[in-house]
Amino acid sequence: MERSEVLDAVRESAVELLKVEPDQVTEQAAFGEDLDADSLDLTELVMALEDRFGIEVPEDDLGDVRTVGDAVDLVMAKLGSGASA
Amino acid sequence: MSDAPSPEAALDSRGRPRVAVTGMGAVTPAGPAVGDLLEAVLAPRPTAAPIAGWDTEGWPVRFACEVTDADLEAVLGPKESRRTDRVTLLGVTAAAAALDQAGELGCDPARVAVIAGSGVGGLTTLEDQIGVRIARGPSRVSPFLVPMMMVNATAGVISMHWGFTGASLCVSTACASAANAIGEGMRMIRDGSADVVVAGGAEASITPTAMAAFARMGALSTRNDDPAAASRPFDVERDGFVMGEGAAMLVLERWDLAVARGAPILGELAGYGRTCDAHHITAPAPGGAGAVACMEQALADAGLAPSAIGHVNAHGTSTPLNDAAEAEALAKVFGPEGPPVTSTKGVTGHLVGAAGGIEAVIALSCATRGLVPPTANLDTPDPDLPVNVVRGEAIEIAPAPGLSNSFGFGGHNASLVVVPVEGAGT
Repeated sequence: MERSEVLDAVRESAVELLKVEPDQVTEQAAFGEDLDADSLDLTELVMALEDRFGIEVPEDDLGDVRTVGDAVDLVMAKLGSGASA
Repeated sequence: MSDAPSPEAALDSRGRPRVAVTGMGAVTPAGPAVGDLLEAVLAPRPTAAPIAGWDTEGWPVRFACEVTDADLEAVLGPKESRRTDRVTLLGVTAAAAALDQAGELGCDPARVAVIAGSGVGGLTTLEDQIGVRIARGPSRVSPFLVPMMMVNATAGVISMHWGFTGASLCVSTACASAANAIGEGMRMIRDGSADVVVAGGAEASITPTAMAAFARMGALSTRNDDPAAASRPFDVERDGFVMGEGAAMLVLERWDLAVARGAPILGELAGYGRTCDAHHITAPAPGGAGAVACMEQALADAGLAPSAIGHVNAHGTSTPLNDAAEAEALAKVFGPEGPPVTSTKGVTGHLVGAAGGIEAVIALSCATRGLVPPTANLDTPDPDLPVNVVRGEAIEIAPAPGLSNSFGFGGHNASLVVVPVEGAGT
């Protein structure tokens, strides 16, 4: 899957769940500082991505997600490992 | 009211700080404002209707008094509202209206407390998420379930939204919750632990499981073919209460501080009684013993004789048992020639943990206007009930203190005495 497709999905979920504008959701945007999301918001966002991509993200992995780009990386990695399994 | 304290007096006849009501907000099935509520109860215009919020096919009770025309996201905004249960949105919306009316408090936020009552809290969210857990497993349960369902969420969110850092409490005494919250708030001001208290209640439990459960108890009216006639307190044909939802919040304020800042003084909260039947988890004590003690306590607290009460806003749920026990209790407290009694639940339905809040708003407003609302649907007063219940049209009385009763499952009883002030424009 292309990185841009994953970014689009993250953007779509962020707009729906965090009530932010689409152009705020860039790879560099930090969930906390830029998108006003707390850890509960992030958990919900990742749940939406799990459903969308059919992946599982352990709670421990969320600690490394600070920016939108980190979330894209996480999804790409899970998709990659899923494909190679 | 010749023995009433002067408008300037900071202390009551027992030397305690007087408590002013400086703001009132109510979001009810009658509409999003206090004025909508008063207009509906004085008409009287029942608000019960078929449930719009979910498909009631197959449910034994298919109607309720729902809040349908309020913008519940306006105060917190779309993002916070998404992660807040309906019960808290109702409570916050009522609090915003009350605080808007009270105006700039101009005091240290640490001196502002919040006491918000609710019977069950965020039941909509809990019920939805139990469904999610059963259908999709534990990993799909929302991370917002706990903060949305917890019964203290409304108090916490009100404190947080306005930055009030004084005590923030939840009172959960079923259908007495809001009246207990308001009464305990009054006591906080008297004991000096707060200068301002935002107090009231919120409820949003018109959910499939709650409606099934209350129906299984036999507590609800089953008049599905005529919802508007279903809530009929003190009527011989009453067959249960009608579930309602909504919220009401009062701003209570130390009298002298309210006077000093030029606040709108809508009335005085002068008496509070609270007792427990200690009899049965849902049925009232025979003869309304707990209710008698509660009303007597509230009158004594206000320093008023029963004869000083101009009208009573009864708990009057329209269940056979409540109305019988309450009527007997009223006769014991006030004698055969007692003040006119009304139950506004004929119009609003029973807002459970918010009921005492909206009824405190109605009682104070009507005491001030000198009007007692008629009890909707009271076509044939139950001949076994020794009580003078207003029916047909509102009646005029001289402005005088009013008594509002709230009784809850668990045996919880709460009574409030509200006193009008001259010139209040409620």
